[in-house]
Amino acid sequence: MTVTGGAQPSASARAAEGTPLRSSLDTGSAEYRANFEAQLALLRQHDEQLNLARAGGGPRYADRHHARGRLLARERIELLLDRDAHFLELSPLAAWGTEFTVGASLVTGIGVVSGVECVLVAHDPTVRGGAANPYSLRKSLRALEIARRNRLPVINLVESGGADLPTQSEIFVPGGKIFHDLTELSGLGIPTIALVFGNSTAGGAYVPGMCDYTVFVDRQAKVFLGGPPLVKMATGEDADDEELGGARMHSQVSGLADYFAADERDAIRIGRRIVSELNWRKLGQPPSLPADEPLHDPGELFGIAPADVRVPFDPREVLARVVDGSRFGEYKESYGTSLVTGWASVHGYPVGVLANARGVLFSEESKKAAEFIMLANQADTPLLFLQNTTGYMVGTSYEQGGIIKDGAKMINAVTGSTVPHITLNMAASFGAGNYGMCGRAYDPRLLFAWPGSKLAVMGAAQLAGVMSIVGRAAAQASGKPFDEAADEQRRQAIEAQIERESHAFFVTARLYDDGLIDPRDTRTVLGIALSAAHSAPVEGRRGYGVFRM
Amino acid sequence: MTGVPAIGKLLVAARGEIALRIIRTAHELGIATVAVFSDPDAGAPFVAAADEAVALPGAAPAATYLRGDAIMAAAHASGAQAVHPGYGFLSENAAFARDCAQAGLIFVGPPPEAIEAMGSKIRAKQVMAAAGVPVLPSVTVPAGAGGLAVGAGGLAAATAAIDAQREGAGIAYPLLVKAAFGGGGRGMRIVAGPGDLAEAVAGAQREAASAFGDGTVFLERYVDRPRHIEVQIVGDGHGNLTHLCERECSVQRRYQKIIEEAPSPAVDDRLRAELAAAAVAAGRAVGYAGAGTVEFVLDTDGSFYFLEMNTRLQVEHPVTELVTGLDLVAVQLAVAEGHPLPAEVTSARVTGHAVEARLYAEDVGAGFQPATGTVHRFTIGGGPGIRVDAGVADGTVVTAHYDPMLAKVIAHGPTREVACRRLARALARAQVHGVTTNRDLLVAVLREPEFRAGVIDTGYLERHDPAKLGAPPDGDALALHATAAALAGQARRRAASTVLPGIPPGWRNVPGDGQMTAYTSAGQEVEVCYRAGRSGVRVSVGGEPLPGLTVHRAAPDEIDVTVGGVRRRVSVHRVGAVDYVDSPLGASVLTEVERFPPPRPLAEPGSLLAPMPGTVARVAVSPGERVAAGTPVVVLEAMKMEHTVRAPHGGVVTEVGVHAGQAVDAGARLARVEQEPA
Repeated sequence: MTVTGGAQPSASARAAEGTPLRSSLDTGSAEYRANFEAQLALLRQHDEQLNLARAGGGPRYADRHHARGRLLARERIELLLDRDAHFLELSPLAAWGTEFTVGASLVTGIGVVSGVECVLVAHDPTVRGGAANPYSLRKSLRALEIARRNRLPVINLVESGGADLPTQSEIFVPGGKIFHDLTELSGLGIPTIALVFGNSTAGGAYVPGMCDYTVFVDRQAKVFLGGPPLVKMATGEDADDEELGGARMHSQVSGLADYFAADERDAIRIGRRIVSELNWRKLGQPPSLPADEPLHDPGELFGIAPADVRVPFDPREVLARVVDGSRFGEYKESYGTSLVTGWASVHGYPVGVLANARGVLFSEESKKAAEFIMLANQADTPLLFLQNTTGYMVGTSYEQGGIIKDGAKMINAVTGSTVPHITLNMAASFGAGNYGMCGRAYDPRLLFAWPGSKLAVMGAAQLAGVMSIVGRAAAQASGKPFDEAADEQRRQAIEAQIERESHAFFVTARLYDDGLIDPRDTRTVLGIALSAAHSAPVEGRRGYGVFRM
Repeated sequence: MTGVPAIGKLLVAARGEIALRIIRTAHELGIATVAVFSDPDAGAPFVAAADEAVALPGAAPAATYLRGDAIMAAAHASGAQAVHPGYGFLSENAAFARDCAQAGLIFVGPPPEAIEAMGSKIRAKQVMAAAGVPVLPSVTVPAGAGGLAVGAGGLAAATAAIDAQREGAGIAYPLLVKAAFGGGGRGMRIVAGPGDLAEAVAGAQREAASAFGDGTVFLERYVDRPRHIEVQIVGDGHGNLTHLCERECSVQRRYQKIIEEAPSPAVDDRLRAELAAAAVAAGRAVGYAGAGTVEFVLDTDGSFYFLEMNTRLQVEHPVTELVTGLDLVAVQLAVAEGHPLPAEVTSARVTGHAVEARLYAEDVGAGFQPATGTVHRFTIGGGPGIRVDAGVADGTVVTAHYDPMLAKVIAHGPTREVACRRLARALARAQVHGVTTNRDLLVAVLREPEFRAGVIDTGYLERHDPAKLGAPPDGDALALHATAAALAGQARRRAASTVLPGIPPGWRNVPGDGQMTAYTSAGQEVEVCYRAGRSGVRVSVGGEPLPGLTVHRAAPDEIDVTVGGVRRRVSVHRVGAVDYVDSPLGASVLTEVERFPPPRPLAEPGSLLAPMPGTVARVAVSPGERVAAGTPVVVLEAMKMEHTVRAPHGGVVTEVGVHAGQAVDAGARLARVEQEPA
């Protein structure tokens, strides 16, 4: 097994300083019980959807696939991964609630292969032959983006019939980006590997075509621009598909295959060997702080995450169950108290934490955040954004006090920051708070959400209310009578629609995050994310001193 | 004691556990030791334990430990004054004892005359009968008389003559045919009736002649279901000769003792006194000095008969040592130095009960076939009353050259019951990794009701099938052991992980099938699937979930686990791809199945493929031809260069697919050479 240069917990870890957080959580309270029950119910729904994603095309297609002597996508991944190492699957609920199968006929994730953290992209051939639909495309591109931003080698486990033709108009043009990104990764020195288990035709042929290393499975890999029917139509030639694009041909004649694999296990074995031969070194610092478990039970996070996102909670209770030894060195504890900032570590990786405490961001919170982000950049310390925000404060005095300018400082600091950002939506991510707290548009390295969280421009009721007020004003302005009954109907319809669209499943289905996580797994997921982020160099933005805002 | 110097340095002309045993006492007495060792024993523990060692080049006993001249040369080279022959090898070789004396070396053993007198069983019986020791009636058949050695015409007559002698001696059928020299059951036959006599005598003669160099055999009254009782005696050559209680060695496999004890559960005080008197009389009859053993066969009616006398230290001497508190090697050395028997010997008393088990490297299921290999770990825990006389240690290589006994484990207790239980437990908890042993059989016998009741005789292991008694642990134990091996593997890999070793092993956010590990154990395949969940690890073995599983601790070498309400610590020792697992339920050897088996060969085995495109210039073989590895098969011409394709291995050409002048592509099959099984 290759020894990566990085993530070994350094023997010379610095001693831990600071006082552990004390918890004042009352696990006997009715509120705790209610939250717990609500999370449990949500997790059950989440698990049902994950099971659907796992089932892919369903037992009939899985059996047929097995009967052909082939492994399922997840079986291939399990064999490829190091034994007992983790695998963080990304966007497992992609395409939820759409006409496409949950999971979007693709499995992507971050896992450890031969001691190297890699991004894995595996087609699920039981879902329409592994054909790509618009969600599969977004999921693929997001995985490649994660690989590029975190400098993670990519392993493609290829078996796809190509594009889902009825949706070609949505995927043909943007789909070219896959091959572009693979090439770009290679250009950046990030290795790309294709293990070809089956069809990889037409545009799909460029996946092995653009990868640094290719392994083709004998009598299974079929890699050609045009299959026998298309060739017949185009030139009249009667072509045999083995001669046109079989593993033997590509290994012996075209040279597209670097490695000829006798069977699937052989291909996976070769794939593991290739990774072991990459001479891979992580460029970020290895963990430098003690990685002891939190003092408080992470299982209690179930009782902290609120059943109703309008009920605020103290994010220190979350940190006490996530960070190493529950240690948290709070910064500006008494200033801008709606946002908690401070230093901690997760699995030995130092982090700066920004966590919403009471939803609203005022000028003080914004300035505190901007300063804190600059400090983290000075220290090359990754940032953790724990979202529970309803946005920046509105109202005359705040506008006059320059809330836009202060919010802009925070958004500017987030935008300019070059240390890794990892974002978690714990409950609410509304309005420009989503931007300031490093939402999807601000390029966090990885972004996760708890299953009970909501995300929208604003709360459903507020949005419906605003629409109603605007309608009433418009009616008044044009002197038309205002239909109260119709307004109420419209208001309810809008509220229901927004409620539906701010639901965590809806959000994650559209790739606005990288997946929903069980709150109890928060520490593990953040550890995996931080370790992956340290595959790339961790360097903060420099040039100016830290502004006192 | 005049003129006999004190021994300052002792050469130990033995190997294995007995050499170590002798060295231990010598060192306790302040005597320096010299080991002699064959090539395979160069790394053996007894060589390391001795102060000095002299190599006996070679491996076979005849070239090494049986070479009296080489051993005496070693004694001279090292300045040893005495030679302790242990048991086996030269221990009962009167000529060697004499040679030692002539060379001025003290032979730690009886006078050569005593060895000689007891060397022939027939002569021994005569001496004993004369001394009033009970012997079984017998008839001698000299080598060359009777059996097949007589011409075909004389066969019937010869047999009839022997049968008449038998009648005269009062020996009824069934009877026993035995070799006059040697032992260990070779040259021994039970004869049911007169019809089988000729063949049995002939067979026994053949075996005796080949094994002991003398085809003399004798007929003896057969004792049904006999018990083997022997009496330890010690004499000092100054007229003192005493017994040290009896031992019973009735549990035998193929005439090889495997469990011995002292005192015998079949011997009461009256019988004990009779046995002792007979043994002492036997010793006196031959002027015995040193430690010796008089063996008797005990009939079901309580009568006993002289069997033979062993003029050396017995393998099973520790049971006597434990019940008397004496050190028999120290006694031997004292006598050899000319001292009279000390008072603690002459007034020795028996306290409690001792049982010994011989741990052999052998495959009980395969008819006690000796096993070889490297002992990766040899640990027998102590515990009250447990003594271990071992010849091996971690890393010792067990070869086929010598006796496959690895160690003797001996337990002492206030009663037979306690001693047996202590011994069974010590053996059951022992960790012996790398070679197959008879451990399970020993434990099973020690826990078997008949044995526990003392109902034993030399036919014990014929009544109780050793293969069944010594069966490996059952399915539940195998499931536990496979689980432990899998979890220890997980702990081992996590400990070696360079990426996030602190997160839960095998963590998944989308539930998966879990981690699979497959093993083979004694020809059985076991598949373990484990998954770390929020409520602990869940494991299924062969698709069956392990009920009520709690893993308290998982380390690469030990798993602390509760299954079905019982918490146990399971030890796991990994050597290569093999896990040696020990628990209170027994021991298992699990070989992990490769996760990525070698891929199927791309071409049919033996296929010769064209390395590049070209034209066949010449075919050098024809189908059916036998070729050696490297034989040119086909010569290809390409770009004015000739490439010779040669046979990859020896075998028969089964196919030639091309002819001269034919153009071939790269990878085309030219011919096939089928490898012949070795």
